[in-house]
Amino acid sequence: MSDSTVVGLHHEEQHHPELLHHFAEPQQQRDAASLGMWIFLGTEVMFFGGLFCAYLIYRRWYFGDFGAASKSIDATLGATNTAVLICSSLTVVLAVWAAQIARRTLLIGSLVITMLLGMVFLGIKGKEYKDKFEEHHVPGASFSFDHVAIPGHPDQYANPRHAEIFFALYFIMTGLHALHMIIGLGLFAWLLYMAWKGRFTPEYHTPIEIGGLYWHFVDIVWIYLFPLLYLIDRHP
Amino acid sequence: MYFSVWAALLLGTFITYKVAYIDLGRFNAAVALTIATIKALLVALFFMHIKGAHEKLLKLVVISTLFFLFILLVLSMADYGTRTWS
Amino acid sequence: MSMATTTIQPVERENYLNKEYGVGSWLFTTDHKRIALLYLISITFFFFIGGFFALIIRLELLTPASDLVQPDTYNKLFTMHGMVMVFFFLVPSIPATLGNFLVPMMIGAKDLAFPRINLLSWYLYIIGGLMMLHCMLTGGVDTGWTFYTPFSTAYSNTKVVEAGLAIFVAGFSSILTGLNFVVSIHRMRAPGMTWSRLPLFIWAHYATSIIQILGTPVIAITLLLVAVERTLHLGIFDPKLGGDPLLFQHLFWFYSHPAVYIMILPSMGVISEVIACFARKRIFGYSFVAFSSIAIAVFGFLVWAHHMFVAGISIYAALVFSILSYAVAVPSAVKVFNWTATLYKGSIHYDAPMLYAFGFIGLFTMGGLTGLFLAALGIDVHVTDTYFVIAHFHYIMVGGALMGYLGGLHFWWPKISGRLYPESWARLAALIVFLGFNLTFFPQFVLGYLGMPRRYADYSHMPEFQVLNVLSTAGATVLGVGYLLPMLYFLWSMRYGKPAPDNPWNAAGLEWMTSSPPTTFNFEEEPVVTWEAYNYDELDRGHKQEVKVVG
Repeated sequence: MSDSTVVGLHHEEQHHPELLHHFAEPQQQRDAASLGMWIFLGTEVMFFGGLFCAYLIYRRWYFGDFGAASKSIDATLGATNTAVLICSSLTVVLAVWAAQIARRTLLIGSLVITMLLGMVFLGIKGKEYKDKFEEHHVPGASFSFDHVAIPGHPDQYANPRHAEIFFALYFIMTGLHALHMIIGLGLFAWLLYMAWKGRFTPEYHTPIEIGGLYWHFVDIVWIYLFPLLYLIDRHP
Repeated sequence: MYFSVWAALLLGTFITYKVAYIDLGRFNAAVALTIATIKALLVALFFMHIKGAHEKLLKLVVISTLFFLFILLVLSMADYGTRTWS
Repeated sequence: MSMATTTIQPVERENYLNKEYGVGSWLFTTDHKRIALLYLISITFFFFIGGFFALIIRLELLTPASDLVQPDTYNKLFTMHGMVMVFFFLVPSIPATLGNFLVPMMIGAKDLAFPRINLLSWYLYIIGGLMMLHCMLTGGVDTGWTFYTPFSTAYSNTKVVEAGLAIFVAGFSSILTGLNFVVSIHRMRAPGMTWSRLPLFIWAHYATSIIQILGTPVIAITLLLVAVERTLHLGIFDPKLGGDPLLFQHLFWFYSHPAVYIMILPSMGVISEVIACFARKRIFGYSFVAFSSIAIAVFGFLVWAHHMFVAGISIYAALVFSILSYAVAVPSAVKVFNWTATLYKGSIHYDAPMLYAFGFIGLFTMGGLTGLFLAALGIDVHVTDTYFVIAHFHYIMVGGALMGYLGGLHFWWPKISGRLYPESWARLAALIVFLGFNLTFFPQFVLGYLGMPRRYADYSHMPEFQVLNVLSTAGATVLGVGYLLPMLYFLWSMRYGKPAPDNPWNAAGLEWMTSSPPTTFNFEEEPVVTWEAYNYDELDRGHKQEVKVVG
């Protein structure tokens, strides 16, 4: 188990420079960081979970109106964004792997590409939001959704009040997701800086691992958001 | 190995997108969500390395979280699903 | 450093209090013990504020008419009393003060897993608290601490958004504390400290942390939705715009019911420690008590809609939640039985912490049993939204949680401050609290059963309720004195109290093997645990537990 001379008394030459004083050994620090991030992701699941709960209930209540509203957002852009995020998840695992085998160029390259893909995602999202703004589908004073047929019932119009609920949830859910992406970008910028400075070694690259976990989680949220929001009722 | 997972994820996305335009009635949502769940599992197991985790604790954390999310969704539905009964 | 006797002046030994001086050394500390004290001061401050509101409420209710304050003001008073007491006092109370202080020491660690996140959680609490203060000073909120929609989202003219965001921020403080505890308990236990040797205080905090981690995010998103809906005039919870007000209630209570277990579980942990020490016995049925904490945490998530029985949920859902609510009472009952069995043939000492523990057992049992009354649909229809409910939850929150908090503060005060509090005054204060509490809240059971609604400033159409209200207010005054006394003598003891030995109670637990007060890193060397928890038979035989060290 732990060597007592490491605990409590600082023998500088004996412990790893990245080891914090209250941990007995690097493995303990790594395990703590990993468990901490997983638990934090658990809180994020419950955070988004409340929104999913609200969404599922209203989708069941107002299926037709939600279908009409869903049809008006661009599924191709949504699918593209899904692919973008999946690619960025790949580059993230490549970054972790690169750190494990001490390939600094690959590590930095992967981190850069991950961030670029993240920015592409946000750019596409921005375009979608702009379209919605121009079509007056942003909830609030200027919202309008008149005379839009319910998919499969061309003689019925969607209730604008119910469609507004869809758009409220759409903006809140994708907006919260985008906020998490932005935070992720900030996180990765910091990781990139640390990688550039050469702080990561095969023994110590925990920040990349846990940053990666966060990024994958954001990807998983989008994996669910895409079919739920974009593909309610698309068939002709 | 990461590349095969990546390919599977992209394929799943493509299928989800295409199937949405086919009329399966009530099964559209089920198909889309099933594929989404498989994708999420792939990311979690392979990209987030749950598959190789030596400790059961991580799996316990994930399963507990999903369990309580499930409770939130299902017990709420117990109310919404039965309001129109009788 | 020698194991000093009481003749040495404590200021001469280096400990976490005198290691560094200066405001900066406190505001930028990562020492879990200092952070615990920062929390102690902040929480006490908010307790005064919440208590002040309670005082005005009780003064208003002395007479049937709404003559002390306007009804609108009264609405603000009970709202802010609830918000402050729940979110800024009770939820953080034991975990952030006693928990932060003791968890690392009890598991044999030098600090929590993430000391800087610990400090961050205090700052988030302060920011949330300041936002709440600002909200209260610039107009307040009148929606009830429950924020029910659509009143909160569409009709109230008070600072709903600000209050909601204040609680949002404070919620993250709670999440981070819980996260820190879970990771620490899993990863930082000393060698030999197996799960079955952990003090029950740790089990209780572990269970509490699970709730904090999984439940708080849901109320966070709910309050965010309320803020967005109110600001942008959306209709997610507004029936006029197609929304469902019950959806808000489902999401709100999904957290707020488990939240009450956040408030009571740590207190139960304290009681386990106190009873074991002052009965000089291992807690009867250790595993049952440990697992019952986890069971309460899990079951607590399954019962939330019992707050909505008359709100309009389906009768079938109500049946399910009613049955589940009976189930959640079982683990709590298990604890009460086990504590009682611990007392049997124990060697009972009536020190102040034990007096609080006795009070806890009786009052918590009453509060818990009346919860079962409320879980029965037939009774709930009649007493919901009356003073019966108020009495029920105050018996648990004040008669239970707060008594446990006070008992714990007394029990560990020598360790925290290095001083002994005056025992006679403490016993007197415990007695005053017990009497004051019962005088305040027992009449409220009767009032509620007779039909007095809650949240009414004016009950002049039911003037026969005045007598019981006067009794209740009289009790509240006594209770206030009972709370003031410990604050005064604790402060007094920091200057004039007798210096405390390392283990004044001869109690079991790693924290008692540190100095009083402890050094910054708690233990000189990492302890190795070779004994079971609550080894009081060994301690009483004079077998001094030498902390075996590695190397």
